[in-house]
Amino acid sequence: MSFFSEALWVLLLGSLLGLELIGKVPPTLHTPLMSGANAISGITMLAALTLIIKSGDNLPLLIIGSISLGFALFNVIGGFLVTDRMLAMFSRKKTRK
Amino acid sequence: MTFIAPVKFAIDLLAVLLLALGIKGLSKVRSAREANRLASIAMILAAFGVLLHSQGTIGISINSWIWIICGTLIGGLLGALTAKRVPMTAMPEIVALFNGCGGMSSLLVALGVALFPPAEGQNSVVIELVRNFSIVVSLFVGAITFSGSMVAMAKLQGWLSTPSWTQSKARHFFNILCAVIALIGGIYLSIDGQNGLILIVVASSLLGIGVTLPIGGADMPVVISLLNSYSGVAAAAAGFVVGSQLLIVAGAMVGAAGLILTQVMCDGMNRSLVSVLFGGALGASSVASGGGGGEYTNITSCSPEECALTLEAAERVIIVPGYGLAVAQAQHTLREVTRVLENADIEVTYAIHPVAGRMPGHMNVLLAEADVPYEQLKEMDVINPEFPATDVVLVLGANDVVNPQAKNDQTSPLYGMPVLDVQEARTVFVVKRGMNAGYSGIKNDLFDLQNTSMVFGDAKKVLGDLLLELKELGVGSKG
Repeated sequence: MSFFSEALWVLLLGSLLGLELIGKVPPTLHTPLMSGANAISGITMLAALTLIIKSGDNLPLLIIGSISLGFALFNVIGGFLVTDRMLAMFSRKKTRK
Repeated sequence: MTFIAPVKFAIDLLAVLLLALGIKGLSKVRSAREANRLASIAMILAAFGVLLHSQGTIGISINSWIWIICGTLIGGLLGALTAKRVPMTAMPEIVALFNGCGGMSSLLVALGVALFPPAEGQNSVVIELVRNFSIVVSLFVGAITFSGSMVAMAKLQGWLSTPSWTQSKARHFFNILCAVIALIGGIYLSIDGQNGLILIVVASSLLGIGVTLPIGGADMPVVISLLNSYSGVAAAAAGFVVGSQLLIVAGAMVGAAGLILTQVMCDGMNRSLVSVLFGGALGASSVASGGGGGEYTNITSCSPEECALTLEAAERVIIVPGYGLAVAQAQHTLREVTRVLENADIEVTYAIHPVAGRMPGHMNVLLAEADVPYEQLKEMDVINPEFPATDVVLVLGANDVVNPQAKNDQTSPLYGMPVLDVQEARTVFVVKRGMNAGYSGIKNDLFDLQNTSMVFGDAKKVLGDLLLELKELGVGSKG
């Protein structure tokens, strides 16, 4: 039971932190922020990794885990790269100034 | 075992810290890019932590390594390719696609654990129940995120239109039915951990479709942002399923931050989240109620040539870019036109409405891509007082955001939405493909005004013609 009670605390505090993290966002950054946060939500790749590691020789489970990992990494890597591409356009302007 | 647990703990703490700093930094222009890198480093650290901990405790079999590498390579490569290839105009769709895949990943983890429960000896009833409940949440939210995001993407791409039945009350019945079925499946699954699996996945997928399908294009960014928040929740639920606190923190943070961002976006459009989700497409309801309708009586149309003549005589020009500009991919042509004007010592600025383009901030990205200097982009509050002192306003494919009804007509569905006061300028040119209404389906009073002229045509073509006319007039060529 201890994991779950701890986990619930973690959930609560994590949510509160998330609520506080972004207060005022300039409209310019709405799209990049959404895209960046989206990439972070691909953190579920950790769950996919754990699933694969713990599945031993269970082939169907390995396959499910692997597909899940693929989806998650598609989200993570694609998300971060696309965000970087967007943000690169803003910063390029500033360095020239 | 002796040193691995503390090391893993330290890595996890660091990863959470970096993720939090990353999200925080992404909300400031100056730090955004570094913040994005920070967050990606945090992800690598987190994955490394899991691998290290597993290798050191239970060990990772060769078999597992093969499947890990396969999944990583295929998913990662596809993601990288997609991110590099996609045009900037398609950004909202691509975020929706990525987001849906994140949801799918959480769903699959829960599915795997539900189908093949780990044989960890006998657990207490309470633990079984909590675990099953986590699986249910993960399946439910994951499925909604996936199907909803796919529908959002398809609608933004124009692959799907809004079927008429989704605008009727029947859709509420359909959605409630799906929710109830998913709930029943969830209760079944919570109790015995196997039954109800298919029921819940199918019903929640349908629910995701049913909720997203009726939503009009203008509101889609809000929905994507909300679904983004959901995918965080799905990740947190998956964290409960596999017992990872790091996953729970990160998921919860994204979930909560996504919710705030959704709210911020809603505020920008003067829409409440409830009306976005349950109000259906704005256009359909306003046509039905007849509010703000009516015929145009005083349309003046003109050619690019006349437009060029007026521009030549102007001293201050404000460009109002909108969705039409993004669709026509005309931002580069626009930049050439403004270069010519700037060479002729005409002051050019851009008025950026908070929801210009297809997503808040999207227009800034598009114009940045076309090399428009950052400092020429003015936000609505800054630029609105400047319209009366402006000679020419060029509205490019924007509609609802320049509708004076939002200020003057209390009966209009747009009333109260913040708009750009373009009608205050001496002359307004509206470049538009035809007389079709904007997203809202509402008549734009601006088009009827004395000082407004319509230039009909695709934004890119009109701007191209305009460029030629300006060059023929010798504007900006004096050196």
